[in-house]
Order: sequence, then C-alpha cells, then structure tokens
Amino acid sequence: MAKRIDIGGLNAYYGSHKAIEDISMTVEPRSVTAFIGPSGCGKSTFLRTLNRMHEVTPGGRVEGKVLLDDEDLYGPGVDPVTVRRTVGMVFQRPNPFPTMSIFDNVAAGLRLNGSYRKNELSDIVEKSLKGANLWNEVKDRLNKPGSGLSGGQQQRLCIARAIAVEPDVLLMDEPCSALDPISTLAIEDLIGELKERFTIVIVTHNMQQAARVSDRTAFFNLSAVGKPGRLIEIDDTERIFSNPSVQATEDYISGRFG
Amino acid sequence: MTHATTTDIQDDRPRIAPEPAKGGLSSRTLPRWSPIGFAVVAIALGVGISLAAGWHSRIQWGLISALLFLAVSYVVTTVVENQRQAKDRLATSIVWVCFLIAVVPLASLLWTTIVRGSERLDGYFLTHSMAGVLGPEHSGGVYHALIGTLEQVGIATVIAAPLGLLTAVYLVEYGKGSLAKAVTFFVDVMTGIPSIVAGLFILSIMLMAGIEPSGLMGALALTILMLPVVVRSTEEMLKLVPNELREASLALGIPKWRTILKVVLPTAIGGITTGVMLAIARIAGETAPIMLLVFGSQLINSNPFEGAQSSLPFYIYEQYKVGEVASYDRAWAAALVLIAFVMILNLVARGIARWKAPKTGR
Amino acid sequence: MASTTPLDIPPAPPETRSRPRSTGRAGDKVFLGLSRGSGILLLVIMASIAVFLSYRAYLALSENEGNFLTTFDWNPAGDPPVFGIAVLLFGTVISSIIAMVIAVPIAVGIALFISHYAPRKLAAPLAYVIDLLAAVPSIVYGIWGALVLVPYLEGLNLWLDQFFGWTYFFEKTEIGAARSLFTVGILLAIMILPIVTSVSREVFLQVPKMNEEAALALGATRWEVIRLSVLPFGRSGIISASMLGLGRALGETMAVATVLSPSFLVSLHVLNPGGGTFAQNIAAKFGEANPLGRDALIASGLVLFILTLLVNGAARLIIARRKEYSGANA
Repeated sequence: MAKRIDIGGLNAYYGSHKAIEDISMTVEPRSVTAFIGPSGCGKSTFLRTLNRMHEVTPGGRVEGKVLLDDEDLYGPGVDPVTVRRTVGMVFQRPNPFPTMSIFDNVAAGLRLNGSYRKNELSDIVEKSLKGANLWNEVKDRLNKPGSGLSGGQQQRLCIARAIAVEPDVLLMDEPCSALDPISTLAIEDLIGELKERFTIVIVTHNMQQAARVSDRTAFFNLSAVGKPGRLIEIDDTERIFSNPSVQATEDYISGRFG
Repeated sequence: MTHATTTDIQDDRPRIAPEPAKGGLSSRTLPRWSPIGFAVVAIALGVGISLAAGWHSRIQWGLISALLFLAVSYVVTTVVENQRQAKDRLATSIVWVCFLIAVVPLASLLWTTIVRGSERLDGYFLTHSMAGVLGPEHSGGVYHALIGTLEQVGIATVIAAPLGLLTAVYLVEYGKGSLAKAVTFFVDVMTGIPSIVAGLFILSIMLMAGIEPSGLMGALALTILMLPVVVRSTEEMLKLVPNELREASLALGIPKWRTILKVVLPTAIGGITTGVMLAIARIAGETAPIMLLVFGSQLINSNPFEGAQSSLPFYIYEQYKVGEVASYDRAWAAALVLIAFVMILNLVARGIARWKAPKTGR
Repeated sequence: MASTTPLDIPPAPPETRSRPRSTGRAGDKVFLGLSRGSGILLLVIMASIAVFLSYRAYLALSENEGNFLTTFDWNPAGDPPVFGIAVLLFGTVISSIIAMVIAVPIAVGIALFISHYAPRKLAAPLAYVIDLLAAVPSIVYGIWGALVLVPYLEGLNLWLDQFFGWTYFFEKTEIGAARSLFTVGILLAIMILPIVTSVSREVFLQVPKMNEEAALALGATRWEVIRLSVLPFGRSGIISASMLGLGRALGETMAVATVLSPSFLVSLHVLNPGGGTFAQNIAAKFGEANPLGRDALIASGLVLFILTLLVNGAARLIIARRKEYSGANA
C-alpha cells in the first residue's frame, strides 16, 4: 500500500540552528527517490523528518507540512508512534537488537502492534525474510542471535524487520555505507524488488548507487558551512545525471566539489 | 482503505491488531495536562480514603495516592487511547513515582539535619569540647571531635594518597602480566570491604602487638578504606591522558619516569585531586573503625599518636546513645557539621573536575 | 577512549640517544620500583587482612563450646563460652534482601527517569544530587532512621500487620517500636539507592543510540523502546549495580546499630523488633567484650568479610563479562 508524500515548506532545527530550509517536493509512490548532496547538506535530517525521527534528537524541531496521501504527519492529534509504524526506516549501520534471535528481530515490530498466533507470526517472518532475500541464508538458524550475521546480512535483517510490519513508505539512510561491495549489490537488487510494493526514499553518498537504483533524484546543497541545507532540484534520475537544469548539480555530479 | 491496492502479504495479515486502521494517523489522545489531572484526583481520593479509614501515617497516604494515580491513569488511558499507550503511560507514571518515592526520604533527611542541626550549631559549639558536660546539660561542643576527625583523616590521606597514586601509575604506565591483573582485581575487592572489617583487621594487629587505641590506629583503618578509591579514580584519570602526549615526550629522549612526572601527572592532576577529595569525603564519615580503634573521648586530645580521641561521626553516635534531648540536639548539630564538611568537599572536588576537564582532551 | 592501551608505548629510544643523561636509567628503576612496590603493598594488605582475621578467628573458635554456625547465642564471656552466628547471618541476609527488593526496582526507575524521562534541564542536576547523596555518611542516615523514620513507620507497620498479617512475614506478634529488621531493610534501601541508581544510569546512557532508534523506527512507544533496547542491554549492568548495593547493605554498621533493637532471636516476623546483623553485633558487643569476646567478634567479622567478597567478586565478574560482550557488538 505505497503512498505518495507531499512535502511543503519544511524547516528543521537543532535547537536554534536551522539544519534545512524551505523544502518542498513530492515523492511518488512505488518508486525509488534518492537524496544526494555533499556532507552536512541536511539530506539525512530531511529523511528523518519524514517519519518524525528528527524530533527524537534533543532540541530537534520541525516546521512545515509532510502529507502522506493528504494526511499531515505533523497535524494536531497525530501520534508519532503511529507515523513511525507507517513509515519504516533502515539505518546507516545495521542495528539488529543484539540480544534477540533472528526470528525475534523480524517479529519485534509485529509483536508491538498486536497479538499473533505462532504460525501466523512465522509465516510473516518467513515472507519478510524472503522479501529481504535473506531467507535461504538464515532459515536453519532462526533462533541464533542476529548479531552473529555478517554486516550485509544484518542490514538485510533490518530491512526484513522494517517490511514485516508492512509500512507505506521505507526510508533508507545510507544503507550500504558500512557494507562491502558484494553486500551492497545484494541490497541494491533488493531495493529494485521492494519498490514494487513500497515507496522508497534512499539517502546515499554514492552517486553511482543513486544512478543505479533510483527513479528520481533530489540534489541538496548548502550555501556555506553553518547555513541551512536546501533542495536544489529534483527530477528524473536520468535527467539529473545527464542534463541537470542547475549548474551546481552538474558540478557536484561531475565531481567538481563535495 | 481500498482492498484493491493491498498486496499479497497484506491479505494474509491477521486483523487482530488494535491499532487504528491504516490511513488514520491521528487517534484520540488525552490532553497534555492529563497526568496532573490524574495526580489531583488520585491525591484527593487517597487522602479521602485515608481520613475515612482513620490512618495516621503520611507514608500510607502517599502510598495509597501513588497506587491510585497508577490505576486511574492506566484505566483512563486504556479507555480513551489504547492499551499500548496505557502501558507507556503506566511506565512513565511508575518511573515518576519511583523518583518521588526516593526524593521524599532523602529530602526529609537533609531537611531534618539542617533544621534540627542549626538549633545548637554556633560558635560555642564549634569551639568547646565535652569536658565535664553531663548528658542532659545543654552545653558542650564538638571541638575535640573536629580535631580528631581532621587529624585522623589527615594522616590517612598522607599515607593513602601517595600510595594510591603510585599504584595507579604502576597499573596504567607499567603494569602488565599477572601482578598488574592481581592488583586490579584486589583493588576492586578492597573497594567492597565493609569499614567494620577494616577496623577489625587493625584491631587484630593491635591485639597481637599490644598497641593501645589511638588516632593513628583509626587513621590506618581509614587508609585501607581510602586506598582503593584513590587508585580507581587516579587510574581512570591517567587513562584519559592521550597516548600521543607520552609518545611525544618519549620521542624527545626524555626518560619514562620524567615523562610520567612532568607530562602525564600534571595533565591529569585536576582529576586526581578530585578523586582524592571524594575519597576524603567518604572516609570522613566512617564511624565503625573509630569506635573499635580510637575508643572515643570527651576531652581534647590533639596528639593522634597517643591516647583515645574522638571524631565527628563517632561523636554523633555517642550523643545519640546518651538518649537525652540535649544530646540529640548535639548529635544533629554535629551531623550538620559533618554533612556540611562532606558536601563542601564534594562540591569543591566536582568544581575542580569541571574546571580542569577540558585539559584532559576529552 | 583513545588511550586505554597505554602499554603499547614504543620502547624507550636507543641508549645512544639517552647517553648524556645518566640519571634516566637509574631514575626509571627507582620510580618503577616505587610504583610496583605500592602495588605489592596493596596485595600484602589484602593478604594480611585475611590472615590476621583468620588467625584471631581460629583462637576464638578453638575455645568456643557451642557450634559457631548454628548456636543461637552470643556469650563468649560465659562459662563455658558459647557463641554462634546463626542469628547474625539470618538478620544480615534478611535485612539485605528486604533492602534489595525495595531499592533495586526504585533505583532502576530513577535511573530510567534520569536517562530517558526527565526533562533534559532536570536530568543533569538530578544525577548530580544523587551522587551527592551517596556521600552522606551512614551515621547520619542512622540517627535520621532512628529518630525520624522509626516513628513514621509505626503506622505503616500497623497497617501491614492488619492487611498483610496473613502472609506470616508481616504478622506483628510483639508490641514495640518499629526497630525491626524490616525498618533496617527500608533504611538500607534508602542508603543504597544512590549507588545502585548511579551505576544503572551509567549503563543506560551507554545503550547505543542506534539500538534505540531501531525500536523507535518500528513504531515503539517510549516504554517499548526501553523494553526492547535499553533493558536487555542494561540487564547485566543492573545486576552488578545491585550486587554492589548488596555489598554495602551487608556490611553497613552504624545505620543498623542505631535503628535496630537487637535480640538473639530468629524470626521471620520481620516487623517484630529484634534480630541482629554481623556489623551491628560487632558495634554493640565490642565495648563490653573480654579478650575472647573480641576474638569472637573478629571471627564473625571474618564471615562478613567472606560474604562481601563473594558478592563483590560476583558483581565484578558480571561487569567484566559485559565488557567483552558489548565490545563484540560495538
């Protein structure tokens, strides 16, 4: 049940410091949107405003609108807990719950949200692990701790955990930056499959990766250190990488800065 | 919710989940002030019930109110929001109640000491001993005990601080192999020795060697209690000194011992001072070893090496045991002096730690 | 911490360079000798504590006509001298258990309050105050307990007796002030709260941010984050903090000596006045003890020493294990 995200006039702050300024864009459902830009341009901060994780940081504060199919995530009476359940997230470093088994890791979100019979639970766990292309590697050791897996496997475990609760949107914050090339490839393939079912937003430092996996790409930049980050442009990935409409984007992509 | 768009997994999912249906991000929520409302209701009910039942203990009133608070907020939240939120609120309430439960006795302790202690605390009290003062008399003072505490703690510090410092230097700068491991382990073990056991140890030496009680013996027991604290804190501080500093000095051809004396220790001196002061604060309040080894005295004895002495904590115990109104007053006043001494040491020590902290490079 | 391995400092530069300074080598030797010497001295102290206490205890036990472990009496001045630690062991363990049962959940609650619930501006000063409270001398807790807490607890005791008397534990069969093992337990709980709180808080603050975010991103409430990430990570830390607190409670002398009205009885009616603990008994009996009596007290102190060694050793072991464990996952 992928959903569209409409962002309008979004500012995010850390205390009194403005991290991103006046961002407006639309993220299409059933597609992969990549955020690129130099370090400190606020793309990760922006990503974290899309499931209200930004406000978890002490001093974190958001202004503006984020509409998920016409419903404002920051509207009055909206429970951030429900938002995060609807908008899943995968982090930079794989973070399975260290004390839980592989099975329990995937089932963690489900157990929070309701009670399931045992066979229902194992069905969903199996589906999610298959969905994350991890099933064949772990099906014989579901009761072993998740921290025993390799980095790439752990990251796919985290993806399985995120998709097990059937979110509408999946946010990925540099999901491959801590992984080796082979694991990266596995995750990229997986993203291609997942976009059939979810709206995916991915932050990446790796421009080839953005070009490979995304349908649309948004370029963020900041005018100077300490200034808030801004959205420079968003367009079809092909266009951004071949013929961007802003000079700064071309400079960044061709490696002239950043 | 349109079923046409659901995916295959979606169809298999059981519908037991108590969450609001997808698409509804907002749900009924209680206003932000509701915990205060619950608290008011709970306290009113608690006081009402207690009065009706004729209970006198305020502790009971508080406990009843606390339990009612938990119950009311859980039930209301379950009804208005949902069970998960109710559990979350329950946990929040319990954590707050824990905090309040802990604050009450600790605040009462400080408050009582300050109020009761300030009744007798004056210049006379600080400058006179108990010589010739009988229990019920409203006179006498703490001077002899102050001298005793200062001397005993002073001797203990003079022995324990350098010993502890050197041990920590050994552990951090030289230590490897089984000796260092053993020392580390036994420092930990030593931290847990009850003060009365340290006292008994010195006592058993005194019994063997036929030594009479004196301030020095008490100081030796205090040394045993102080030593591991100094070692631990100094060790932590030395570990914070960046290795680059040591290497820079060694690379200049400066011998290791001079590197430690001139580079490592000065860098960590703030933290080490803090650790020593906190250790002093800890042993200044020890009573048990003094009782066994120094014996206590009503008179001024400024010679710690011969004859019985008193000390502040022991004085408090003594006056408490007398059991008269006047002696309780003296006990509270001495307790106030002792707490003030310990707290000032703590505050100054932490002040030094904060003031020196940036220089350790962390 | 960048410099936890100060051992891999490169060996001192070749001798050719340090030749001009002949004090270097000798100074190094002296300094190393001094610092190693103090380390060894510390070990010697520990060993002699064990040896001296054991020797005096042996002297006492060889004259004891009763069974040291099972006798319900303490009369080393009698003829024949009879003394045993059964009552003391019972009282020490019971009062410490009561203290743990009360203090550990509350301390964990306060630690969570400081690390995860309190407004940020309140958290730091609060942690500071808790640390300060750990420094309040035990004798002050003692007179507060005896003069303020005991009268206050009388109402609670009546109430417990009235409504929970059927549990046997809370049945008060003897009248008298609340100078009972239960009151001692409550006072010990208050005394160990600060230490258990501050150690637990440290552990809770060490929970990796990414573990908590994992739970948050799944749509966990604050309590669920704590249940999924914080408590599993902090479990061994809580255990070792509790053990450290237990070590304190077992050996506490003055607070127990001021509050308890001692008797040489074993009773599970914890509200009844009476009972005794190792440390309290030493403090109470020392003044009037004859030479054998002193040795007998030393013997009971040896048992207390071993008891606290075991508890503290276990706590340290758990901490050490946790370090390895969390290091593997870092």
